[in-house]
Amino acid sequence: MSYQHRKILFDPIIDNNPIILQVLGICSALAVTSKLSTTITMCIALTVVTALSNAAISVIRNHIPSSVRIIVQMTIISSLVIVTDQFLKAYAFAISKELSVFVGLIITNCIVMGRAEAYAMKHPPLPSLLDGLGNGLGYSALLLAVGTVRELLGSGSLFGYPILLLERDGGWYVPNGLLLLPPSAFFLIGMIIWVVRSWKPAQVEEPEYRIYHAHRPEVAS
Amino acid sequence: MIELVNLFITAVFVENLALTFFLGMCTFLAVSKQISTAIGLGIAVVVVQALTVPINNLIYQFLIRDGALAWMGLSEMNLSFLGLISYISVIAAIVQVLEMFLDRHVPALYNSLGIFLPLITVNCAILGGSLFMVERDYTFSESLTYGLGSGVGWAVAIAAMAGVREKLKYSDIPAGLQGLGIAFISAGLMALGFMAFSGIQL
Repeated sequence: MSYQHRKILFDPIIDNNPIILQVLGICSALAVTSKLSTTITMCIALTVVTALSNAAISVIRNHIPSSVRIIVQMTIISSLVIVTDQFLKAYAFAISKELSVFVGLIITNCIVMGRAEAYAMKHPPLPSLLDGLGNGLGYSALLLAVGTVRELLGSGSLFGYPILLLERDGGWYVPNGLLLLPPSAFFLIGMIIWVVRSWKPAQVEEPEYRIYHAHRPEVAS
Repeated sequence: MIELVNLFITAVFVENLALTFFLGMCTFLAVSKQISTAIGLGIAVVVVQALTVPINNLIYQFLIRDGALAWMGLSEMNLSFLGLISYISVIAAIVQVLEMFLDRHVPALYNSLGIFLPLITVNCAILGGSLFMVERDYTFSESLTYGLGSGVGWAVAIAAMAGVREKLKYSDIPAGLQGLGIAFISAGLMALGFMAFSGIQL
């Protein structure tokens, strides 16, 4: 694998993460992360769909008239999602019930559409496949981080196996119920953004409005 | 009648699509920097949602669900695997038609909605509304109410969020949290606030 290919694959994980930098695909990041088993299923489903749709769209990119490209992309993506949905219903029915509408919502997950439009329409199939895979992995990395914290501290277990013994079962850990509630995912992602941006200051956004202190001579003059 | 009112209130506050199911979050965070654009987008979502959920309900009831083709004599047919692709095509088509209709007959509204109309096709709140309608097996009148209610709920949420963010830009925020980070945290606080509505029933 050449240097460029490695860069396409691994860049979206930290340096250009789809969720915390490109603001894509946030909806499902918040809703499915209360348990690791649902989180990981969602991550695999999304990575597969993004990679395959990117590759498929890139193969036919020169034959799509630009006026109908959204519909064509939608059709490809929704066919892939239907296959994924049926696959999950057949082999992981319990998890697919828990994910409820969120598997279907991969269709409108902005990562899939966004990468198709921004990358696959302009690049050959192999880099597009890697780009889809990389963005799926970037999404998965963030989701798994959020899911681990939420399940470990919220119910004291990982993948349903108890790690921290709960107080009601004779252990010492009092679970933090807030982490099982959906809003906690907002706070966790906010914190992750803060950590990543303190580590990589290039990602920090410019404030729209600055507060100037009037007593500073260089401003007053 | 009272059930429908109850469903409406539930859809607007208790099961708010943006703040309890986190649907349409990408647009929710990206377009909530100004109150005026947020309200424009909110109105567009209400209109599209109130049209697509009932239409998808008809498609589900009479074409796709298990045994729905009985009126054609094909009672063994189960096309429910075609659900996702039909709903998204209906949504894309309605958004397109609405765009052409507004352009021709209500140019003022068309100009104020601008680029938001095509964006709505990929808004998860719209597809999510249709999928919840299917999952909960709503009748036609229920789906009409649910579509309207969930659209209004989303619009209220994005307008409130824009109001918060307009004030937020004057505050002194740590560099790493600037922009997206603080938007996430304030959306989280709003979602906590909306949890106070849970359990309300008429």
